[in-house]
Amino acid sequence: MNLIMASSWLPLLVLLSSLVPGLIIVFLEEERVQLRTALNITGAVAKIVFVALMLYGVTHGHTYAWSLPVMPGLRLNLVADPLALLFVALSAALWLVTTIYAIGYLEGSPNRSRFFAFFSLCVTATAGIALAGDLFTFIVFYEALTWATYPLVVHRGTPASVRAGRTYLAYTITGGTVLLVGIVWLYALTGTVTFVDGGFVEAAAGGAVTETRIIFGVLIAGLAVKAAIVPLHGWLPVAMVAPAPVSALLHAVAVVKAGAFGIVRILYSVYGVEYATLIGAAQVLAVAAGITIIYGSLRALAQDDLKKRLAYSTVSQVSYITLGVAIVGPVATLGGLVHLMHQGIMKITLFFCAGNLAEVHGVKKVSELAGAGRRMPFTMAAFTIAAFGMIGLPPTAGFISKLYLGIGAVQAEHTWIVGVLVVSSMLNAAYFLPIVYRAWFEDAPTGATMGEAPWKLLVPAAITAALSLGAGLFAAMPVSPLELARLIIQRRYGL
Amino acid sequence: MSDILSPDVLLPAVVLVPLLGAAVAVASARAAAATAVITALLTAAIAVLLGRAVVAGGAVTHAAGAWGAPLGIEMHADGVAVLLLVVTAAIGICITVYATSYFRPIFEDEEDRGVRFFWPLWLLIWAALNAIFVATDLFNLYVCLELLTLPAVAMVALDGDREAVAAATRYLLLSIAGSLLFLLGVAIVYSGSGTLALAAIRESGMDARAAATALTLMTTGLAVKAALVPLHVWLPPAHAGAPAPGSAVLSGLVVKAAFIIVLRLWTEAFPGSLLAPGADLLGVLGAIAVLWGSLLALRQQRVKLVIAYSTVAQVGYLFLVFPLLLEAPGPAWSGTMYHLLSHALAKAALFLAAGAMLRAMGSDRLDDIAGVGQKLPMTFAAFGIAGLNLAGMPPSGGFIGKWLLLTAALSSGQWWWAVVIAIGSLLAAAYVLLVLRAAFLQPRARPLRHQPPWQLTAPALALALLSVVLGVWAEPPLLLLGATAPDLAP
Repeated sequence: MNLIMASSWLPLLVLLSSLVPGLIIVFLEEERVQLRTALNITGAVAKIVFVALMLYGVTHGHTYAWSLPVMPGLRLNLVADPLALLFVALSAALWLVTTIYAIGYLEGSPNRSRFFAFFSLCVTATAGIALAGDLFTFIVFYEALTWATYPLVVHRGTPASVRAGRTYLAYTITGGTVLLVGIVWLYALTGTVTFVDGGFVEAAAGGAVTETRIIFGVLIAGLAVKAAIVPLHGWLPVAMVAPAPVSALLHAVAVVKAGAFGIVRILYSVYGVEYATLIGAAQVLAVAAGITIIYGSLRALAQDDLKKRLAYSTVSQVSYITLGVAIVGPVATLGGLVHLMHQGIMKITLFFCAGNLAEVHGVKKVSELAGAGRRMPFTMAAFTIAAFGMIGLPPTAGFISKLYLGIGAVQAEHTWIVGVLVVSSMLNAAYFLPIVYRAWFEDAPTGATMGEAPWKLLVPAAITAALSLGAGLFAAMPVSPLELARLIIQRRYGL
Repeated sequence: MSDILSPDVLLPAVVLVPLLGAAVAVASARAAAATAVITALLTAAIAVLLGRAVVAGGAVTHAAGAWGAPLGIEMHADGVAVLLLVVTAAIGICITVYATSYFRPIFEDEEDRGVRFFWPLWLLIWAALNAIFVATDLFNLYVCLELLTLPAVAMVALDGDREAVAAATRYLLLSIAGSLLFLLGVAIVYSGSGTLALAAIRESGMDARAAATALTLMTTGLAVKAALVPLHVWLPPAHAGAPAPGSAVLSGLVVKAAFIIVLRLWTEAFPGSLLAPGADLLGVLGAIAVLWGSLLALRQQRVKLVIAYSTVAQVGYLFLVFPLLLEAPGPAWSGTMYHLLSHALAKAALFLAAGAMLRAMGSDRLDDIAGVGQKLPMTFAAFGIAGLNLAGMPPSGGFIGKWLLLTAALSSGQWWWAVVIAIGSLLAAAYVLLVLRAAFLQPRARPLRHQPPWQLTAPALALALLSVVLGVWAEPPLLLLGATAPDLAP
């Protein structure tokens, strides 16, 4: 066991477990299905093993760090602190299920080698973002993620998907460049980019309040694009033309999460929530998150296209994370952090199910869902669990998130946030319950096709639905997302 | 044995070997390709050995014929020079390999595509580039610049069609005008200071007004050759019209040599001039070049023209160094040189990739290459990787350069340059995407005219990957650059 504790190579191995398969797959012939599948699954399982080892080490007080000098004064730093593990554990677990799903989903379609190669690169970049120990490393992987995702968004090669790809890049590259300017500016001001629990800006440049305020705005504006904060969310609904596994990647595993995680890092490890509140920045961010939560839900309500409704739902749900960490106090932070994981597993379930409906029965609209529960009982059961989670009904994962967010808001005496949570939950119910009702209690149109999705499409959805339920039911278990988030809070607040 | 490896042998050899290769290539057309390959490997080995010597023991100097400056030819290689020599050699090997296949006729009815002239021209350019990198005085710089320009012009005209000849003529006329301005400046410097050695000019206490006039004339002359806006009009048709390996040399290296001379004039001979408004003017022109060149690149319909306009934009970044150098000398210097080196590699890779597309499809129009990505995976991979470098995306040398330039701008409070750099990289991403999206469109029925052999795909990919290596393994070259940053103290 000592070897595991001492190994500083684990963070790098987490990256290599997806990078190496990706680089091999680039050169694979299209027909080498079995080898490609073997590489994908081996890499995904290896990543989970490496993450699990680090999880064990970190919960026992160890920190893993690996670094490579890049330029004088700046290194590529991979550090596995509890916050990093929260995100990397999410992406590693969801990579495995999404890979299985994608293998089933893309069976027989062209360009699969290209797809899986870039899929692996995406996950590598996401792991790099999660494990980044400083802002320099963070931006390197953050930009890499942008480019690695593009071939997936345009995978189908239709004019519509190429247009969506252009919109995606226009938003995300602009966001990335703004973020880069903010990071370099902060570096020029403070002389450091290394993450510190509780932030380093106040100690390094607390005197230059105006400048730190502006830089905060620049950093958050850059990150807000991927985090889909209104009004920078426009790319997300457009990117819906991508295949279902890519939507899962965008919404749950990688892209949107990378933006939200970046905001968490800025608040948690760069500025510190206290200092950000002192300069008035955190409050502005909380208001922006609140507006996004309500706006996203309202837009979701109006969508008949199922994937579009889910996309606007993501806009709304991801901002819970921002909202939680923008409020001072351990409980609110806990709610925000735990939602980083909870939103991931619930939203990926919904996208898997939407993909099954479209693939098997060609159902893409909410209005076509009548009787879907009888047509695909298992898929719709998974969908229902995840939808209840999104609304925040007990005992799902979403209930835990909203509970802690609510308590945290009350503790911090921000009653308007409680109002936002209540209104948003009502709106969540308003756009999810009709789907559930229609699926289970209305009759399918005459002549509708019946039948479940093949197991490769069904099992991933079942797993993530079970996780959505389990993360709520067993929230007090030692390896639950909640406990991992609690570990982060304990380090920060010394509870 | 150790004598052969001494700088006194290596420094002249790095110029003489390609020169000799050019002579052999002229003498025997049949042995030209083989000669070029051997010359390329030899020159590269010499460059690497010189690099090792400089890393181990600092800058090296050689006085030809034992006559030191100011009378004889003095050659000097510091960290910057060896980096330039080594990067040029890397590009040189790749271009040479590429050219062994590029000119081969695909069909029997194709005429001789100028390969006979390509080899001597290319090796002459290489010799002139190396000579400029190690020169220490204005006279040598002038002679080498002429030695560089004439084969460069001929390279443009190599294809021999009317458009290429017109582009070459325009290039020639503007270049000669530039040379004359430069020569005029050199004459004023000589009459005012009595010396032509860069370091001696600085010590000579030359009359300030004469110095300003001379520097203005020389900078203007060189700005033509470096294609600084608004003196860039000759570049796009010339670089797009040359055969692909020629374009790679011209865009990757030849324009950079002119910039290097400007930079050395301003930092080594006339460092006081950095205080003058002229420095800001160069920065403003550079900024306009970044934006205007990128916008024009976005409007092009042919891959080679997109890349050529991109060169106009990327040269603009280099001129941002002048307003930044005094207030943030470290990052401005390293950032600019790093940008120059990685852009050289990436731009050469892009032109080689574009040439492979052109050979494969018979056209490099964006409409014609739509959907051929699956058939030319290596070529589009090279284009994509090198394109990310242009946009300053990590991991690439372009990213490191962008990071340093942004640091220079923001740490000296000149945020407006940071805005230019940021917008420029967004526009670069946009014009790279203009070509790259063709790789992802659904395949068309149109077949390849010709499946490019490895000689046309591997060099482009190798150069693109080298630009990525510069982005990951940046510390050693940056330390080398930092150690040879110019001393700007008046």
